[in-house]
Amino acid sequence: MRIALFLTCLVDAVVPAAGRATVEVLERLGHEVVFPPGQTCCGQMHVNTGYPAEALPLVRRHVETFEPYEVVVAPSGSCVGSVRHQHAALARAAGDAELAARAAAVAARTYELSELLVDVLGLTDVGASYPHRVTYHPTCHSLRLLRVGDRPLRLLRAVRGLDLVELPGAEECCGFGGTFAVKNADTSTAMLADKMRAVLDTRAEVCAAGDSSCLLHIGGGLSRLRTGVRTVHLAEILASREGVA
Amino acid sequence: MSARDEVLARIRLALGDRPTVPEIPRAYRRGGDLDEGARLDLFADRLVDYKAAVRRCAPADLLGTLVAALTDRGAARIVVPPGLPWDLPGAVVDDGLAATDIDRLDGVVTACAVAVAETGTIVLDAAADQGRRVITLVPDYHLCVVRADQVVQTVPEAVARLDPDRPLTWISGPSATSDIELKRVEGVHGPRTLEVVLVS
Amino acid sequence: MSTFLGLPRAVDTSQLRGRPFPEAARAAVADPQLRRNLGDATATIRAKRARVVGEVPDWESLRAAGAAIKDHTLANLDSLLLQLEAAVTARGGTVHWARDSAEANRIVTELVRATGADEVVKVKSMATQEIGLNEALEAAGIAAWETDLAELIVQLGHDKPSHILVPAIHRNRAEIREIFLREMGAVGLPAPADLTDSPPALAEAARRHLRQKFLSARVAISGANFAVAATGTLSVVESEGNGRMCLTLPPTLITVMGIEKLVPTWQDLEVFLQLLPRSSTGERMNPYTSMWSGAVEGQDFHLVLLDNGRTAVLGDPSGRSALRCIRCSACLNVCPVYERTGGHAYGSVYPGPIGAVLSPQLTGPELNATLPYASSLCGACYDVCPVAIDIPTMLVHLRAQVPHPAPERAVMRAAAYAMGSPRRWAATRSASRAGRLLGGRRGRIRSLPPPLSGWTASRDLPVPPAEGFRDWWTRTHGSPPPATPPPAAGGDGAGAA
Repeated sequence: MRIALFLTCLVDAVVPAAGRATVEVLERLGHEVVFPPGQTCCGQMHVNTGYPAEALPLVRRHVETFEPYEVVVAPSGSCVGSVRHQHAALARAAGDAELAARAAAVAARTYELSELLVDVLGLTDVGASYPHRVTYHPTCHSLRLLRVGDRPLRLLRAVRGLDLVELPGAEECCGFGGTFAVKNADTSTAMLADKMRAVLDTRAEVCAAGDSSCLLHIGGGLSRLRTGVRTVHLAEILASREGVA
Repeated sequence: MSARDEVLARIRLALGDRPTVPEIPRAYRRGGDLDEGARLDLFADRLVDYKAAVRRCAPADLLGTLVAALTDRGAARIVVPPGLPWDLPGAVVDDGLAATDIDRLDGVVTACAVAVAETGTIVLDAAADQGRRVITLVPDYHLCVVRADQVVQTVPEAVARLDPDRPLTWISGPSATSDIELKRVEGVHGPRTLEVVLVS
Repeated sequence: MSTFLGLPRAVDTSQLRGRPFPEAARAAVADPQLRRNLGDATATIRAKRARVVGEVPDWESLRAAGAAIKDHTLANLDSLLLQLEAAVTARGGTVHWARDSAEANRIVTELVRATGADEVVKVKSMATQEIGLNEALEAAGIAAWETDLAELIVQLGHDKPSHILVPAIHRNRAEIREIFLREMGAVGLPAPADLTDSPPALAEAARRHLRQKFLSARVAISGANFAVAATGTLSVVESEGNGRMCLTLPPTLITVMGIEKLVPTWQDLEVFLQLLPRSSTGERMNPYTSMWSGAVEGQDFHLVLLDNGRTAVLGDPSGRSALRCIRCSACLNVCPVYERTGGHAYGSVYPGPIGAVLSPQLTGPELNATLPYASSLCGACYDVCPVAIDIPTMLVHLRAQVPHPAPERAVMRAAAYAMGSPRRWAATRSASRAGRLLGGRRGRIRSLPPPLSGWTASRDLPVPPAEGFRDWWTRTHGSPPPATPPPAAGGDGAGAA
């Protein structure tokens, strides 16, 4: 299958490993990954901060960039959530029915990584090996906007050597919330503190999730406290062959 | 322009987009699927869950059951609605008693209009065998007679049986509050004890 | 006064706005006792709700019906209000209309004065809090006694409610005992000197203190959970029996109701009597629900219909579904923000997620500019809302309407410009990799200038790696075609390697 990678701006600018891992795992499964270079950002940051007018050209660019592809994947629940729940509505609100229809069509072909693997490719075992104690934080947008359910957990359970430990209060927001993390830093930090306590209670070496943004938040806190617990994107675990000769 | 006309004019302006709303989907359950025995058991179970007391008896044993309940409670003087069909010891018929007088009595005995098994609810509609709303509110003990044919399974069945032109009181267990640390405490302003006699 | 389509908002916003949310929240999250009280209470009620909602097989159908009934109500609000007025009047009640809080307060004050009473008993009501009725009555020399246990705790404590359902959720039993011992005697029967802090003992003290007031009150004031347009039926849903006392004993009853509280038909109650108790208190059914149509049992009944900005909310197609709200408070109880800040931080009688969308719409967003941002958009509120109000989407909608700080606007415009073309975006990425220079030991950035200092106050940032994604792609896959993308190819159906 030919799959277009929607990298997301955050991965592009700050944490490329999640993008590389997404490519590696799909190629290892025998698929062709293409990277449309014209992509920048889906506009979610602008929409969610209250700047729909500034977001509209970004939506248009995103639609034009990904329209030619049959299948689009992103290593991010929240960016796929934005594509699926905001793009068409934004175009409609701006009175551009044509763009809205095109955006809806692109959205229907856009998948978050665990959705693509489990629903489209029909896989849970992607041949990964990762001998570590891992706990998984289901990010809000993957959980409640995309309803990915237990797909990420099914993928993790199939990883060789991986010891998956349940995260207490898993479904609670980590406090990132995009602009919220800066505008309401005190509340965001209070939420983060509780999430970190839950992570540390599991005695996991690694906290995994499907969104780099939330991982930056949780990882930034864990690093500040020098806990030694690492945050790793789900894609990186699925791409890993650690311990395989 | 009067306030009435102005508020109505504002609403019409606000609805300038004439929103079309879809038909109301009523795919929810309207009736129940339990037979009478299961329905009554469920009702009794729900009442007990609310910390209400339940006595079950046959129609022939009703009077004896009521007297026994009042005796066990030590309720010597009770207020009863004018149309209560049972002659009970210590009954004071409500002929418009003042609330302060009712406050000095030991309890109240009434029938009911309908009951809901799934929610453990009794509904009073101020009929002659139930009386004014105040008599089931001020005393600390409410003894209520529920006939098997009055028990429906679901809320929609109960709503369908009731007449909105009557003052209605839906009662589910004794009065309660969770206002302190969300810990439920039974018994605040209404009767602190609800006892149901279920007749079948 | 801001307007939507020329529709007036609430004029007196004193009960609907407060300090900026981030500022108020900062103080609240720093209060460990408050955090504990709220954490325990919300966890308890969340679990209760989940249990009783989980046992209803047709919950989602009820939810869809509830949302549709409310949408139908809003779309026909004018004719339904006229139906309600006719039905209540035909049954001996008197209907009054109030454009705003001042008018509603004036109507109620005059009705109380006409009875000669100088005190009233009150059933917990969000609408009367929203209009500041107690303060208005007090100014007119009329004492208003709150009779709901939590409202009593709040009133005796000279405090403000912090939750729609459990107004004293921020108080624990020890604090409540102190308030009762200190304050009850000044306004009525004192609390017993040997009062303990067990909830049953506290409830008993409240029962004795208030019973005196119930038996002597001549006027009661309530809100309404529902009003049935077709039959003129009003409904109050409660637990303690204080509502029944107020609705039944005093010879005069005045009900103040927001105009959106209608349902069209009697049958519609069968939906809401299932949705509300399970969503709010986590019970299969609340202990007491009273329903009355017009004047009953010889009572003098008055109904005050309140606009106070609701028509402005109705005028925004993207915001009007906030008027579906049945004030169950399920959204507060699942909200991770509310759980940590408490209700006072929202500065409005409507706190939590629903408050964050309703308060700005009632006052006008520019007067409540921080509330739409008081959310991480986690979506938990939407999942539990019994009438399926899409609060996260509405928050985002409102964020576009509030005035933005100039520095933020500049940053967002610059970002949009940079992301507007691949070339500018490449330059931005290079600049971000220059962030490597900020990195301290262990490849971590520990301090950034404002506004990003809000991040680094409590979190590190990873230093971007030397090789960005595109460099890696070019190195491993060759240069991506810079021109038009290739035509779509069909899936080749390749299986796993």
